[in-house]
Amino acid sequence: MLTLFRPALVLLAGMTLLTGLAYPLAITAIAQALVPAAANGSLIVQDGSVIGSRLIAQDFAGARYLHPRPSAAAFSAMPSGASNLGPSSATLRREVAARRSAWEAANGGTAPVDAVTASGSGLDPQISPANAHGQAARIAAARGLPLAEVSRIIAAHTESRWLGLYGEPRVNVLLTNLALDAATPVAPAAAN
Amino acid sequence: MHDLLGYLLFCAVLTAGGWALAGLMTRVYAAERTPLSPVFDPLERGFYRLAGIRADVSQGWKAYALAVLVFNLTGFVALYAILRLQGALPLNPDGIAGMPADLAFNTAISFVTNTNWQAYSGEAQLSYLAQMAGLTVQNFVSAATGMAVGIAVIRGFTGERGAGLGNFWADMTRSVLYVLMPLSVVVALVLAVQGVPQTLLGAVHATTVEGADQVIARGPAAAQIAIKQLGTNGGGFFGVNSAHPFENPTVLSNMVQCLSILLIPVAFCFVFGRMAQDRRQGWAIFAAMGVMFVLGLVVIWWGETGGTAVLGLGTNMEGKEQRFGAGLSALWAAATTAASNGSVNAMHDSFMPLSGLVEMVNMMIGEVVFGGVGAGLYGMLLYVVLAVFLAGLMVGRTPEYLGRKIEAREVTLAMLAFLSMPFGILAGGAISASVPAALASVQEAGPHGLSEILYAYSSAIGNNGSAFGGFGAATQWQTTTLGLLMLLGRYAIIVPMLSIAGSLGAKQRAAVTSGTFPTHGPLFVTLLILTVAILGALTFFPVLALGPIAEQTALAAGHSF
Repeated sequence: MLTLFRPALVLLAGMTLLTGLAYPLAITAIAQALVPAAANGSLIVQDGSVIGSRLIAQDFAGARYLHPRPSAAAFSAMPSGASNLGPSSATLRREVAARRSAWEAANGGTAPVDAVTASGSGLDPQISPANAHGQAARIAAARGLPLAEVSRIIAAHTESRWLGLYGEPRVNVLLTNLALDAATPVAPAAAN
Repeated sequence: MHDLLGYLLFCAVLTAGGWALAGLMTRVYAAERTPLSPVFDPLERGFYRLAGIRADVSQGWKAYALAVLVFNLTGFVALYAILRLQGALPLNPDGIAGMPADLAFNTAISFVTNTNWQAYSGEAQLSYLAQMAGLTVQNFVSAATGMAVGIAVIRGFTGERGAGLGNFWADMTRSVLYVLMPLSVVVALVLAVQGVPQTLLGAVHATTVEGADQVIARGPAAAQIAIKQLGTNGGGFFGVNSAHPFENPTVLSNMVQCLSILLIPVAFCFVFGRMAQDRRQGWAIFAAMGVMFVLGLVVIWWGETGGTAVLGLGTNMEGKEQRFGAGLSALWAAATTAASNGSVNAMHDSFMPLSGLVEMVNMMIGEVVFGGVGAGLYGMLLYVVLAVFLAGLMVGRTPEYLGRKIEAREVTLAMLAFLSMPFGILAGGAISASVPAALASVQEAGPHGLSEILYAYSSAIGNNGSAFGGFGAATQWQTTTLGLLMLLGRYAIIVPMLSIAGSLGAKQRAAVTSGTFPTHGPLFVTLLILTVAILGALTFFPVLALGPIAEQTALAAGHSF
């Protein structure tokens, strides 16, 4: 028995020290030294308090802001979640129809597909350029900014395909909204 | 168009990477010196001395199999204890409690068998200690177990007569030290630079721009995600796995992870060719796997980019992330179900019915389209045994593979191993579809509900770990039955395959004559693909007709449920 279990116990203990402690702690040390902001969650701090993460969607409902994609988990980052509704689900059909009429009532035009579908994580930080530009007129009116200025800010925050081949063009909602706030000569509190 | 060009470039990089890695791996398992020997050689010898192992002693198939079982049993007990006790252990900044018994049982089996099925949500139910010293360790050693068994089976098929299958302890240790660990360090650092958190600080409370409270979970994620992909494990740090923007923040991080999923399984094809001292044999298996991979990928891509009338014009974006779109979600879905990985970057439950069908077929045929690290190759060798047997029947000659006769014992064992898949999926799924306690887990009405059950049972017995996420896997019924099926799906294939390898390795090699059926040309590749299709896929066609095929038909007719 001992001859059988000794290698198992010793190697498991050794591997736990090596792969379960030394490896993650070494990666932590290197990442914290090289890229501390990214390693701690790409947080955005304003006036000393954390307002969110560059990578994590947060809800925006006001007319002055770009709205993120629908979240099946109500923008919870603890825990994250998706709708997991199948393509033949009647519930999905109802939800998509409701989102479409809401988006089109708020912005006019035709709702792009990413605006009517819940994301995989419920925390998708980005929307399609069509979705962003579709909301531009509403944002410009609410802020009293020229439409061209809003469009320029959206375009400046648009990322294209990697190598021209991979991924979809996208606009980060939180970063764009912060840029919109910075470009609007009104204190956010007064606007609310 | 850019999607297809992107796939082509991806496949080229993958093939080149796998081919290059195979050279290194062959040297590692032959115990030759490699660039990292100066670093790890003292550690390796220290491990052996403490463990009382003589690494140069080759084991027979029984001793090798026993070592696998004992090592994995030890790992199961240790992981189960950590999961139960995590509430009282250190490195738990978010104050997470111990797991209930049935969930800990399911999770421990899931990680020891390289399935990494998640019936829990990582950020809410695991402490950092459990993630690191529990799950990350099993991510490494369950992958290393699969790689060791893969190498042992190759040695039996290709090695000198009576040379044994090698030493499990040494093969496992070398897999970690010289293959998995160096690759993981590189991938983890790339991911951290891309924005995957790697911190011991707890969740952060944010006050959003519009004044809401948001709790943002984080943790030492990058290190675990690297090995989760390289070891075809797939269990996410976060509940929604690689769809989570922290787990997979950029298109670059997505491509690195996607490549990591398939890299070692692809390399194993070429390792096989090198160890057989006939590289054409490796290319033949690679070609068979590659053809099936590309076929599946094209079907999923067609379904997801085509979208559905329900969502309006455009691609099927329900459950997908904007940065990946339909193209990269389809590539990932094909890779993760082919490779026994099981991580997801989009929610498979919301994929189109025929995409779901491809995902299920990839698992139902036993994860042999590249498959799990090591496991994909020994799974495919099972079909090779059956294919040469069929070829032998057709020409009326005793079948041979690599000069060794395939006889009644090998074919019987291969069929026994093969039967575990239909048993788990058809019997397990049928019981689950008729017991009320099990049916409670199904979210969807109509044929998609059956697909949810089928997917769960295919994933468990195939040791994949991905899921149709609407399926409630955390009930006591499902944690127990799926846990037991994961055990069956792992060891009811490992033990017979080691036995076949042991038996072949003891046989005299026959000389190649004009009557020998060559096992490297297009004819053999076609035969191998047809064997997989006929045996694997047709076993499940009737039940697939009731699930995804019925759903596709209903959808085309405008029905919803």
